[in-house]
Amino acid sequence: MKNLQINSKFIPLLITIALFVVLFAAGSVSYRGFFSMQVVLNLLVDNSFLIIVALSQAMIIILGGIDLSCGALIALSSMVAAYSMSHLNLPPALAILAVLIVCSLFGFVQGWLITYRKFQPFIATLCGMFIARGLCFMINQDTVPITDPFFVSMATMRIKLMPGATISSSVIIALVMLALYIYIAHYTKFGRAIYAVGGNEQSARLMGLPVDRTKVLAYTLSGFTSGIAGIVFCFYMLSAYGLNAMALEMDAIAAAVIGGTLMTGGVGFVIGSVFGVMIEGIMQTLITFQGDLNSWWTRIAVAFLLCVFIVVQRVLVLRREAKKRIRPVEFIE
Amino acid sequence: MRTENVLVRMEGICKEFPGVKALDNVDFELRHGEIHAVCGENGAGKSTLIKVLTGVEQNERGSIYLEGNPISPQTPMEAPALGISTVYQEVNLCPNLSVAENIFIGREPIKHGKIDWDEINRRSETALARLNVKLDVTGRLDEYSVAIQQMVAIARALDISAKVLILDEPTSSLNKIEVANLFRIMRKLKSEGMGIIFITHFLEQVYEVTDQITILRNGKLVGQFETAKLDRLQLIAKMIGKDLAEFEKTIKESVHDAGVAANEGVFYKAEQLGQQGSINPFDIEISKGEVMGLAGLLGSGRTESARVIFGIDEPDSGEIHVDKNKVTIKTPVDAIRLGLAFCSENRKTEGIVANLTIRENIILALQGKRGMGAFLTRKEQEEIADKYVKLLNIVTPSIEQLVGNLSGGNQQKVLLARWLATNPELLILDEPTRGIDIGAKAEVQKLVLQLASEGRAVLLISSELDEMVRCCGRMAVYKDKQKIGELNGTEITELNVMKTIAGGQN
Amino acid sequence: METRNKMNRRLIDHQLFWPLFALTVLLVFDFFYIKGFFHLEIIEGHLYGSLIDIVNRATPLMFLAIGMTLVIASGGIDISVGSVLAISGAISALMIGGDLVFVDGVQHYVARYPILVAIFVALVVSVICGIWNGLLIAKLGVNAMVGTLILLVAGRGIAQLIVDGNVITVYYEPFFYIGSGFFLGLPFSIYLVAAFLGLIMWLIKKTAFGLFLESIGSNRVSSRFTGLDVQKIMWACYAISGLCAGIAGIIVASEVKSADANNAGVFIELDAILSVVLGGNSMAGGRFSVIGSVIGALVVQTLTTTIYAIGVPPEITMVVKALVVIVIYLIQSQMGKKTVKRTVKTSAGETALKTQEAKA
Repeated sequence: MKNLQINSKFIPLLITIALFVVLFAAGSVSYRGFFSMQVVLNLLVDNSFLIIVALSQAMIIILGGIDLSCGALIALSSMVAAYSMSHLNLPPALAILAVLIVCSLFGFVQGWLITYRKFQPFIATLCGMFIARGLCFMINQDTVPITDPFFVSMATMRIKLMPGATISSSVIIALVMLALYIYIAHYTKFGRAIYAVGGNEQSARLMGLPVDRTKVLAYTLSGFTSGIAGIVFCFYMLSAYGLNAMALEMDAIAAAVIGGTLMTGGVGFVIGSVFGVMIEGIMQTLITFQGDLNSWWTRIAVAFLLCVFIVVQRVLVLRREAKKRIRPVEFIE
Repeated sequence: MRTENVLVRMEGICKEFPGVKALDNVDFELRHGEIHAVCGENGAGKSTLIKVLTGVEQNERGSIYLEGNPISPQTPMEAPALGISTVYQEVNLCPNLSVAENIFIGREPIKHGKIDWDEINRRSETALARLNVKLDVTGRLDEYSVAIQQMVAIARALDISAKVLILDEPTSSLNKIEVANLFRIMRKLKSEGMGIIFITHFLEQVYEVTDQITILRNGKLVGQFETAKLDRLQLIAKMIGKDLAEFEKTIKESVHDAGVAANEGVFYKAEQLGQQGSINPFDIEISKGEVMGLAGLLGSGRTESARVIFGIDEPDSGEIHVDKNKVTIKTPVDAIRLGLAFCSENRKTEGIVANLTIRENIILALQGKRGMGAFLTRKEQEEIADKYVKLLNIVTPSIEQLVGNLSGGNQQKVLLARWLATNPELLILDEPTRGIDIGAKAEVQKLVLQLASEGRAVLLISSELDEMVRCCGRMAVYKDKQKIGELNGTEITELNVMKTIAGGQN
Repeated sequence: METRNKMNRRLIDHQLFWPLFALTVLLVFDFFYIKGFFHLEIIEGHLYGSLIDIVNRATPLMFLAIGMTLVIASGGIDISVGSVLAISGAISALMIGGDLVFVDGVQHYVARYPILVAIFVALVVSVICGIWNGLLIAKLGVNAMVGTLILLVAGRGIAQLIVDGNVITVYYEPFFYIGSGFFLGLPFSIYLVAAFLGLIMWLIKKTAFGLFLESIGSNRVSSRFTGLDVQKIMWACYAISGLCAGIAGIIVASEVKSADANNAGVFIELDAILSVVLGGNSMAGGRFSVIGSVIGALVVQTLTTTIYAIGVPPEITMVVKALVVIVIYLIQSQMGKKTVKRTVKTSAGETALKTQEAKA
């Protein structure tokens, strides 16, 4: 008979999901109109691009690094897309391709500097962020509208799931990315290598894993993902501006941490990031519904949550080191 | 010469590091279905030998044969492919991954484009069953004890089909039952034809489970012996380079020089001090004006005792009295305030601060004791530094030289100087003469005796038996992480120490 | 060995060489390419000119660089300084404000609270922010980047809360003196930096603090074994960093005569880190030079001003800064490879082996 004990590695994720449910329940009880499917779906609609970069951020943190360039790459993506369509007259397909190539290149260079030149990930991606934002402004200092029909149609498309519940195309893309990341993280050697390297890089090397290749590939993928998020952002905003998505990377990191990814590396589920974003979103929604509190309370609330999660994570790690809970083992003759 | 059934043969292996011959014309032979121990003290070369075999290092001369075929692994990745797997003391697995995953990472079976977890779990269970172990393979690796983690490492090695299994100090963190399990597995694998190289310094274990012993000393091969035919005393003598007959001849010479009367009062006394997993509870008394030695082979628990005494590791049992007052020592700061000082054996990682100058390193502990406010003036610092540079004969063009640039021996002296500068009541020295030239060794030994004659207490740990005998007035003997005996005054001879180690009960 | 001769170090090895070199290069460039860059004139007893402007604008960054140097030297980092700057500016602006009153028919602006009280409160709050960071990082051992991330995120919210979402304009004239006033012909803020720098240098050189910090940053384990109170010192670094951010916030609020909780200090932590790196300090911790960072701050500010003066859009500044950092790092990592190779002689070689073996 299988015991009902939940595998302990799922506990942080379950806590995150539970927190979301609690917040949603609290909102539903306190405010009229809160308890509706659309409220939940709007979290996805408004935050799809954040969800996408939170996924890649989680992977990078699991690897043991950090990526501060995602917000800047989103802004750059929208600018590259807008510019190539309006000034270079590229068809949308090529514009999207250009975006993905540029962003992947950013990720690749950052990954290379980190892996082969021993740059600290913080510094390398920080520089990437600076350069990306700078490039954005160099292309155009003002807002550039996106008028291409394809983009417009993607922006306005609404898919009706059931009466009173619609989502946008961005949500579909975000969910596809989620599926992709779950596949990579749990069903590919590359993904497992990321977990291994994050757990103990030296052991991973000694076990024969292609550590360097994994790291560079991971950062390249992260850049690529920022590009996808940037396209989705275009669908959301239909314009490009250098100051877009400022400080988004911090939200992504916060979402990953709240979603159960440990900053020390090697531990975490990408789906946790999704819930992390939804928690951030639902707190924003709660505050909006409240009406009195200003929106910057969201920042404080998110920071508070982040703090709690980080401290709890740290305490758990210390406790685990102090008392090794040894699992029982059978010996067969 | 036995030539049939040879699995690994290494002939004439030479390996040099800058300035030192790590391996000098060493031969080694491992047969199918054999458990072969490699023994030797510090600097013997056993690690290097294994590193050459597994491709971590490359030999300059000599050849390696695997089942008769010459091999020459250039990187550590090549060895497993050849069938040579190593399980290290610090189990080189990923603690955050599951047991099953650790066994299969890097070679996961793919089905329909996805990793086939069911097969991984199934095959892991089979691999572990081969070692007679049954557990939840989906559990995280670090939720299991170190002993089990080692078995997982072994299971991984076996699954990659090893012909040769190298176990590097596998029993250091295991308790008796776990060691028994490990030996059972080793015997089973031996019966299946595997060749196992067992590197350890636990002598009892060598006698319990091995068939052959290869002894190395200072990079040279002392010899290969059949375990059953080599008695313990012989083994120890060969490891530390003494001929037994030599001893019995020169027994008069090994009378210690420590003619200083001990017992100007007990300074430090500990009862049942211990830390689970690192050192079994022990009693110890150290008096002012005496040099107390902790004798034993590598890994016997001497350093662990010292660490617990100095507060680096927090003890979980025992009572401590310093100068007749009951005290608690939980951190180095506590210990230093009570007048203790500790010169670590790992001077690079736990001793010197490489980026600071000689002057800064020397006054560091003293300044730490004085606190932030009473900062020694530059002149005072220079005076102190100069004094000790002269006293210990530290070779350097200037006291502003970075300690990281000094040779190992001089670094050791700087470390010593640092602690001497704090004017300690009890000075704990862990391998203080390691890596120092003969002349300086003598100086340090003289200094140790002088400190005692000044009324201080000294706790000395050294792998060099003659040094210990020469300096110590009393000695505690350690073996296999336990204190097993004490020798006093005229009892202290090299022969007696070795006899105690050899004959001591576990 | 008797002669205590100074090591013959080439000029190029001195830590301050590189920041001074960079500064010189920039100034030379400015001299040739920007008309009137070095022009100084005295108006109403005050010295004016691009050079003065640079130093004046650089003062908040210099304060941040001082605090950041200590934190980085301890082996950590503080990315919350921008937010703390905003909080400090918000508090001081709010508490001073400037209510219009009529005295004898003449308009006067009166501060809501005495200026010194307002400044004191702002600084105390900043130090508390630093202590909070220290609690997470020094005491609990949380990763420095993540730990200070919390205050980075929360800080803006807190600053917004304080000013209730408004941009608070300060009308009280004495307050402007801090950021825009002149003393003995030079901007007042320069004297503030000099005084604070003097204080910090006293702490570093005249007490054991500097030595202990370098030791902890270089080898935390050895420092612990030597009996140093690692936690206390790290904690102090974060507290000082908070204080520096607080002072910087007051200067900024004084310069722009307002507190903008949203924009004050945005990205300035990155400039601060850049200043420290340009100052020749290693991100890994250990040996440090506060003066180097201060010069680094000057370099950053000169770079910004130069780029602006050439007519290049300010956004390019970001790209240039990032490229400069990358180049410096590449050079540092190349040089690092060379110094690691230590020629080990015979007896020392034995040691090398023995310590290797001992570890095995």
